Amino acid sequence: MSKKYDAGVKEYRDTYWTPDYVPLDTDLLACFKCTVWSELLTDLDFYKGRCYRIEDVPGDKEAFYAFIAYPLDLFEEGSITNVLTSLVGNVFGFKALRHLRLEDIRFPIAFIKTCMGPPNGIVVERDRMNKYGRPLLGCTIKPKLGLSGKNYGRVVYECLRGGLDFTKDDENINSQPFQRWQNRFEFVAEAVRSSQEETGEKKGHYLNCTANTPEEMYERAEFAKELGQPIIMHDYITGGFTANTGLAKWCRKNGMLLHIHRAMHAVIDRHPKHGIHFRVLAKCLRLSGGDQLHTGTVVGKLEGDRQTTLGYIDQLRESFVPEDRTRGNFFDQDWGSMGGVFAVASGGIHVWHMPALVAIFGDDSVLQFGGGTHGHPWGSAAGAAANRVALEACVKARNAGREIEREGRDILTEAAKHSPELAIALETWKEIKFEFDTVDKLDV
Amino acid sequence: MPFKSTVGDYQTVATLETFGFLPPFTQDEIYDQIAYIIAQGWSPLIEHVHPSRSMATYWSYWKLPFFGEKDLGVIVSELEAAHRAYPDHHVRLVGYDAYTQSQGACFVVFEGR
Repeated sequence: MSKKYDAGVKEYRDTYWTPDYVPLDTDLLACFKCTVWSELLTDLDFYKGRCYRIEDVPGDKEAFYAFIAYPLDLFEEGSITNVLTSLVGNVFGFKALRHLRLEDIRFPIAFIKTCMGPPNGIVVERDRMNKYGRPLLGCTIKPKLGLSGKNYGRVVYECLRGGLDFTKDDENINSQPFQRWQNRFEFVAEAVRSSQEETGEKKGHYLNCTANTPEEMYERAEFAKELGQPIIMHDYITGGFTANTGLAKWCRKNGMLLHIHRAMHAVIDRHPKHGIHFRVLAKCLRLSGGDQLHTGTVVGKLEGDRQTTLGYIDQLRESFVPEDRTRGNFFDQDWGSMGGVFAVASGGIHVWHMPALVAIFGDDSVLQFGGGTHGHPWGSAAGAAANRVALEACVKARNAGREIEREGRDILTEAAKHSPELAIALETWKEIKFEFDTVDKLDV
Repeated sequence: MPFKSTVGDYQTVATLETFGFLPPFTQDEIYDQIAYIIAQGWSPLIEHVHPSRSMATYWSYWKLPFFGEKDLGVIVSELEAAHRAYPDHHVRLVGYDAYTQSQGACFVVFEGR
């Protein structure tokens, strides 16, 4: 009888399901919501790492939560790209799974310390822009497509002279035939300079550096710096994590603030049973680097319920976020000394939403009114002024101890007595409401 | 019938950042804001500058930051003293947050004449 060698191959499921495993502080933990074909409910061999806990999803008979621990050495230091390639790679295509959703990742502090994070963070951004004690106010330039560089700069100028802190390139604006980037940058820089001189306040415009190649992206960033601009912008999901991390490092080195747009996120995060929850994408952005990130508005035209939004806003701004299922946070998350990211609320909001926005988002946010600025009957400058008056009235009332959400109408009406711009804005937007139900609710 | 436009003309105003778009605060409204700063556990701090330098990062301190001051009356009288000493300067009140190393509040109380 010949001698038989054992190569040590084991049934995968035998090594994978380890309910007795106590996760290490250095492990990267993930929570997946799994929906399997019913005959395979107990078949767990489609994972890697160690599954140390399984939980039912409340109110959902088909799905369960699987908690997985991955050893730290599976990941390259400072590479969000590597983490996502490993965690949300092949497994999402497995035939045994009908749906799979990455709900949350607990990044160990050991990994976090290998990432640079936000190029500047909330504190530095406030110091650079000289904005304290209130949310910042912004606006996306409209019409988004078709304006020449000079006409586009005019809209920037109008918004900033009216009282906004920032204006923003629409994400669709890169370098199209009607308006090449260099031409836009030059006119915008002049608009920022002029408005700053005339108002005596610090101003900025997010110059979109998202481009077809990294080389092109850096060239645009360099030019923005040459023009003395304080902030640039990147679309981190369409542009990709590698590009984003690189640009963030460039921003740190060059003293530039970085605004982050999130186009394509809804493709990935909207389905309640499949894809990646936005809280994971938000955590990944904080690690990859950005000083401001779009988070939805809770009250406007775009998806997102209040508790969930508050949950991932914490992940952007706090140094420690405790596990809290009512906010969708599945793990304690220690961010160490990593800088914070401003939460940006943008999309379908107008002046009547202001009290709720200030209450929900707090001071470390950027509130962006597009139509709510340009749609003012007196023009964008008056629209900007109306929003600025409303914002400051809400902050003042909040500080004085008033319940601004409940007393919102009174606060705005009082403030409008001193501001014809606000009075007209209140008249213009009176009837607009957004009351669709959210598709993706927390399972609690 | 003569043409009558309903569009107003928005004139650019020079402002001094936070609360620059609100009418000047009354005495009581200033008290409310000081009380808020104290309630947050921030240290009150008074700064002043000549209007020609209002965009400078550093304004002059009035004395030193009032670390740990909880008495609203003290801050009010210091604000008034700073205004009397520098009537042509802007005087602003800052709520300094030692934990974040930032300013939780900052607004101009007296505008320089």
